[in-house]
Amino acid sequence: MIRVENIKKSFGDLEVLKGINLEFYKGKTNIIIGRSGAGKTVLLKLIVGLYPPTSGKIYYGNTDFLSLNAKQLRAIRMKVGMLFQQGALFDSMTIQENIRFPLDMFSTMTLKEKNLKVSATLERVDLVGKEGLFPSEASGGMQKRVGIARAIVLEPEYLFCDEPNSGLDPKTSIVIDQLISNITHERNITTIINTHDMNSVMEIGENIALLADGYLEWQGHKSEVLTSENEELHRFIFASPFLKKLRDKAIGK
Amino acid sequence: MYWKETMRQMNDIGVGSLTIIMLISVFIGAVTAVQFSYQLGSAMVPRYYVGYIVRDITIIELAPTITCLVLAGKVGSNIAAELGGMRQKEHIDAMEIMGVNTASYLILPKVIAALFVVPLLVCLAAFVSIAGGYTATVPTGYFTGPEYIQGLRSFFDPYNVFMMFVKATVFGYILTTVSCYMGYYVTGGSIELGRASTNAVVYSNILILLADYVIAVILTG
Repeated sequence: MIRVENIKKSFGDLEVLKGINLEFYKGKTNIIIGRSGAGKTVLLKLIVGLYPPTSGKIYYGNTDFLSLNAKQLRAIRMKVGMLFQQGALFDSMTIQENIRFPLDMFSTMTLKEKNLKVSATLERVDLVGKEGLFPSEASGGMQKRVGIARAIVLEPEYLFCDEPNSGLDPKTSIVIDQLISNITHERNITTIINTHDMNSVMEIGENIALLADGYLEWQGHKSEVLTSENEELHRFIFASPFLKKLRDKAIGK
Repeated sequence: MYWKETMRQMNDIGVGSLTIIMLISVFIGAVTAVQFSYQLGSAMVPRYYVGYIVRDITIIELAPTITCLVLAGKVGSNIAAELGGMRQKEHIDAMEIMGVNTASYLILPKVIAALFVVPLLVCLAAFVSIAGGYTATVPTGYFTGPEYIQGLRSFFDPYNVFMMFVKATVFGYILTTVSCYMGYYVTGGSIELGRASTNAVVYSNILILLADYVIAVILTG
């Protein structure tokens, strides 16, 4: 479980987050949504420690993340996997070397054991036989799966995904969503996804947080989205007339 | 991983720069020999002095300084662009989140590689430069081979070689650390990346020249 308490973040005079209180649950796909500029990516980067907050607290379980020393921080980060929006795969390494990188850095396994682990991870993300490709030779969907494989190869307790479906077609997006959701449940990890994709929200959102103007506007399960009275949530999720019609039909309006 | 990365950097900085350094060194030696033989031609100076001058000016000044100025342009801009690109493509963030000490993993191997490889390149540049002086002047009849060799063997002071290695080590440190700093802390897009790469070369060159003066004052004082 991850908890943020009264998190604020400013860049110069621009206050992006104005006091967010949120809990992200273990074994569930937690989703952060919001318009562009709402502060989703900033919140995610604060939680993983890439930015320091202006004020507030972040807890990993009962551990105060912001008060850790370098050694303790490193220990926590070894329990974290992250899928980046653009993949952040190392161009000069093959897919196998990319996935093996965390093992090379932190495990005491032999090369053979590491390669076996990489093969098992590749099988989990359905990329068997693609070990020798370079990231530039892989499609967008494959790159995302490689990113997921690299994020989970050390068997993390926390998985962060920044816009996992950006640049993907709807069918591939569903595959990626299901993969993330299945891994979350299989391994009972805390997964936080930052997305714009409403399909993801309605398919796998078990704990959805809507950010608006630097505040937490709404939080709930995907089943509560249709019946919620929150106008900002409806304006955001059912932004298109088509979706609005579908929603009205679903609730019998 | 650190060892592998250091070896890769040694290969990139050392082997990757061999051709340009050899080419430049040949011409530096050739031009130095030709111009000094022209300047001293009418003076009451023994002709073998040209060999002596080429040797010392190459060892003390031209090999370390020109080599490192060229390396700042070639290697420095490459380092800044590589690290800046990694920063922009979130590679550095990815490593940070994995718990990798990115400064240590990305910068230290480059600095260590440069501290080993740059003095070797400078040493090689000095030899090639002296050979270039020979090639440009002896076959063309400026003076005879024995005269040039006599000059090379005259008044040799090993301290000058020590000075060359001190300069090479300091310049190698400057060009890698400045370039790494510029690339590692780049923000923004492609324009900022280009600017960081240019700044890496400009600041490295300025600091190398400044250090050249300081070392000269300290070691010859």
